[in-house]
Amino acid sequence: MLLIVEQFLNGLQFGLLLFLLAAGLTLVFGIMDFVNLAHGSLYMMGAYFAATFVASTGSFLLGTLLALAATLLLGIVLEFVALRHLYGRDHLDHVLATFGLILFFNDAVRLIWGPAGLALPLPAWLTVPVPILPGIHYPAYRLAIILVALAVAALLYVVVMRTRLGMLIRAGASNREMIGALGINIKLLYTLVFGLGAALAGLAGMMQAPILTVQIGMGENILILAFVIIVIGGIGSIRGAFLAAIFVGMIDTLGRAFLPDLLRKILSSAAASTAAPALSSMLIYLLMAMVLVVRPEGLFPAGRR
Amino acid sequence: MTAAINARNAVAALVVAGLLLLPLYTSITGNIFALTLFTRIVIFALAAVSLNLIMGYGGMMSFGHAAYLGIGGYAVGMLAAEGIGSGFVQWPVALAASALFALVIGALSLRTRGVYFIMITLAFAQMAYYIASGLARYGGDDGLTIYDRSDFSGLINLSNKVQFYYLCLACLFGGIYLVSRIVNSRFGMVVQGLRSNEQRMQAIGFPATRYRLVCFVIAGTICGLAGALLANNTDFVSPAVMYWTRSGDLMVMVILGGMGSLFGPVIGAIVYLVLEEFLSQFTEYWALILGPLLLLVVLFGRGGIMGLLGRLSRG
Repeated sequence: MLLIVEQFLNGLQFGLLLFLLAAGLTLVFGIMDFVNLAHGSLYMMGAYFAATFVASTGSFLLGTLLALAATLLLGIVLEFVALRHLYGRDHLDHVLATFGLILFFNDAVRLIWGPAGLALPLPAWLTVPVPILPGIHYPAYRLAIILVALAVAALLYVVVMRTRLGMLIRAGASNREMIGALGINIKLLYTLVFGLGAALAGLAGMMQAPILTVQIGMGENILILAFVIIVIGGIGSIRGAFLAAIFVGMIDTLGRAFLPDLLRKILSSAAASTAAPALSSMLIYLLMAMVLVVRPEGLFPAGRR
Repeated sequence: MTAAINARNAVAALVVAGLLLLPLYTSITGNIFALTLFTRIVIFALAAVSLNLIMGYGGMMSFGHAAYLGIGGYAVGMLAAEGIGSGFVQWPVALAASALFALVIGALSLRTRGVYFIMITLAFAQMAYYIASGLARYGGDDGLTIYDRSDFSGLINLSNKVQFYYLCLACLFGGIYLVSRIVNSRFGMVVQGLRSNEQRMQAIGFPATRYRLVCFVIAGTICGLAGALLANNTDFVSPAVMYWTRSGDLMVMVILGGMGSLFGPVIGAIVYLVLEEFLSQFTEYWALILGPLLLLVVLFGRGGIMGLLGRLSRG
């Protein structure tokens, strides 16, 4: 029981983290029609910024806030210098250009921070176990991730659905020429959206950093997961991304937690312990393949495309 | 127009001559390294040529093409580990396994279009990657060492560097010839027509998915051959050859050289891998230069190197 509740919460936490990453990706994709493989690099940069700023300021909150601002700035600069010239090009051009950016960021990080990973230590007040149910404790930090991510998701919903900026974003997604003709500064809007996506990716990176180590290439595996999520959810749909992210987070976490035991009932224990991680990693891709075969546009296709 | 063709042909002819004469150069200078490097390049060029068939001519943006490199490689490695060393068994199995994989994932993936197609092929390749990581009997994550190269019972000795190089080169030229024959056949015309306007082709009465699927399987099979060669070249196969960044590398080679041109992928593979090798001799941080370079190619060099050559000779 304890294990099930804990793994369930872990799944939720991972899913919400994935949502932060996928939300930025799906926004950029849905609005600018831009495939950004370098989104995972922004996630990595967020984690590195956080590790650096927390170490130099000595304060976890201040450090992460600074890191968030730095990732936002990096995203805006990136968009301004290079990526805005690629809007309207073929998707393949996007893939190639941002693939180049991944190479660049990985080596830039290696040059600046060195090949060894960094650690982002938690402050004492986030390491205590919190009682959530009678007799069940859950780490405060993981709980904090769940709360922060839920708050961000709610904020995102409010901004996109209830504010003027969100209205412009949605209008830009459905017809960019028209909104430009109506006198909206579409370039500025795009830059803002890209910066927002970058900040979300950075936030996901810095929240994941204390759990895993901060290392080069940390954004690559999770980027693919984020892509899987936006494809399952339907590209451009934030609601789809949210549901798919929770779903994928659950499957991944629960699969890793319980598949080895299940497999051990059928296979020898040695075979099970090697097959289980591979199988649980595969589950997600299997899910995506099934979804695409049944619904080639994802579960929640965002309008016409 | 003729001038454009001439400039491209001149470069292509130069590349062919250079590749053919390379062993002569190494035997004169004793520079074995160039031969090792170019064996690898020729193998990747073959993979890029096969990707170009579906990407450049067929308009199918597969982001999982490296899976066939792994499947071809694992077919060779697993059979070798089980004591079947004959290339006459290993290689047909490698080709058949790649074809079968392409058939299955193609039949499923071709239901989708555009970015969804890019992502679903990526997902299938990642699945293959994780399957290979789970093969405990064949090394799992750590990969599988191949102790003996494929044995062609005296016909050709793959352990001889020069013979192996020429075998790879023959496969590359064979692949290019095959692609050129396909592209210029009725079948190839239909596939290219589907890239330009699917609705019209279907209105004329061509079954779109069936044509695309056959093209997809042919490309996968050719890439499986590249995988078998690659495994023999490195004497090793690991899940890493199927990782998605490898698929990205192959895409970069095709686009860099020029999509939809016969020799483009070969030139792309040469430029990309030589540049990687060259830059890594100067600095450990070669990707710091290569990455922005790719960005510049996309921003300013449409149509890749072949496109650039075409524009240059047109003035």
